[in-house]
Amino acid sequence: MAEFIHLKIKRQNGPNESPRWEEFKVPYKPNMNVVSVLMEIRKNPVNAQGQKTTPVTWDCSCLEEVCGACTMIINGNVRQACSALIDKMPSQVITLEPLSKFPVIRDLKVDRSVLFEHLKKVKAWINIDGTFDLGPGPRVPEKERRWMYEISRCMTCGCCYEACPNFNARSSFIGPAPLAQVLRFNNHPTGAMDKEARLETIMGDGGITDCGNAQNCIEACPKKIPLTTAIAKLNRDTTLYSIGRWFNR
Amino acid sequence: MGFIKNYNFLIRKLHSLTGLIPIGVFLLEHLITNSFALGGPEAYNQRVEAFQNIPFLVWIEIIFIAIPLAFHTILGLYYVYLAQNNVLQYKYYRNYMFYLQRVTAIVTFVYVAYHAYTARIGRAFAGIEISYEFMNNILSQPLFFIIYFIGLLAAVFHFSNGLYTFAISWGITIGPKAQKTMQTICTILFIILTAIGTAGLIGLAA
Ligand code: HEM
Ligand code: SF4
Ligand code: SF4
Ligand code: FES
Repeated sequence: MAEFIHLKIKRQNGPNESPRWEEFKVPYKPNMNVVSVLMEIRKNPVNAQGQKTTPVTWDCSCLEEVCGACTMIINGNVRQACSALIDKMPSQVITLEPLSKFPVIRDLKVDRSVLFEHLKKVKAWINIDGTFDLGPGPRVPEKERRWMYEISRCMTCGCCYEACPNFNARSSFIGPAPLAQVLRFNNHPTGAMDKEARLETIMGDGGITDCGNAQNCIEACPKKIPLTTAIAKLNRDTTLYSIGRWFNR
Repeated sequence: MGFIKNYNFLIRKLHSLTGLIPIGVFLLEHLITNSFALGGPEAYNQRVEAFQNIPFLVWIEIIFIAIPLAFHTILGLYYVYLAQNNVLQYKYYRNYMFYLQRVTAIVTFVYVAYHAYTARIGRAFAGIEISYEFMNNILSQPLFFIIYFIGLLAAVFHFSNGLYTFAISWGITIGPKAQKTMQTICTILFIILTAIGTAGLIGLAA
């Protein structure tokens, strides 16, 4: 293993500043990940040319690939920095870039709030609040529970958004992750009470039909959420629902 | 633009449907008819004449081919513009197919515009009957044979791969295994249609 880890980082001072590349050489230690390398830079913010610079800004929280905060583009591919182990990467220059589909706040830190806005739009929750005790909820078949659990592992990291060709500045597409959540909450016996509202939302502008079936989302998803199965299933649900709606007018 | 936004679901569904019915069905009919040219000029001219005798042919062509094709094409070009392709970064098989669906959309568009003008619209206005001899004049030139062959490949790919995405867009193939099977069926269809189409081109060039 080389003595230094050579990094090339795409940096940006603020939301409307222009980006620039800066290189770093961090002394190698075994078992490092991209987050711990960035922490080393923070301790001693000197670039590869030996000049003093500002410490690199990034986001992270759980450090075990369950929160999604540290998502960035590493060697051209979107993934989490905390689970990007240096020892498992080809020993070359490691490039770090912020996500390209979300506004950059500074350096590698981006604003992913659009993901949460979209989750709100599709009512990605179950209404259980009432003015009186609603009693225990209905039982869920084990098969359903497993399927819902699969989808509930989504950590809103944005990898699927980053890889989806139909989610970009030109399109108003809602994106893959919230679509899977629609299916998850529509399948829940209590959540199903808001099923029609969710289907109506994803049948609007930028809804499910704006998916072009590139199926990049499932490839890019670190949690392997069954996104493409969920999208196909919702295509069936919305088609049948729209026909029913027309005849029920 | 407000109309497009409000009726987005319906418009997208119609775009998907028109790709298969009637345009896809027409493509199948067209390629099969042309393949009769392999049986010689008489066989081909006989087929073509049978079509010429359909009553209200022009109206059928306008309502069932020209209008749906124009609708599918105009929206399709807009959908090509909406995508931000990233095959160089994410080299997944389906991503290449997604990209090729858009490339073949443009190639098919250019080819169909040229082909429909020379072999149907312009020809009809010039008062020339469609016949083996008319097509043979064009296709016996190597350059035009190649142009037709590229147009064929693009249209057939666009249709075959479109069938795969159609099955997802309408919620027919849902699970990964069903989608994989559909993938195989569409690949075989692509090969068969290319063979039928090439047979027609060879027949008309001879
Ligand atoms: C002439 C210009 C054409 C253009 C610009 C065009 C464009 C497109 C585009 C962009 C798509 C993908 C839509 C999406 O996934 O969101 C598409 C799908 C499709 N096209 Fe075309 N197309 C053209 C001609 C044709 C022709 C001639 C056929 C039939 C032979 C055809 C059949 C289909 C089918 C079956 C689909 C799949 C629909 C789906 O995914 O649900 N297209 N077209
Ligand atoms: S299937 Fe393709 S277009 Fe649809 S959400 Fe996934 S990546 Fe985007
Ligand atoms: S579906 Fe996967 S890639 Fe998309 S936000 Fe959720 S965990 Fe991330
Ligand atoms: S810090 Fe939570 S996923 Fe990396």
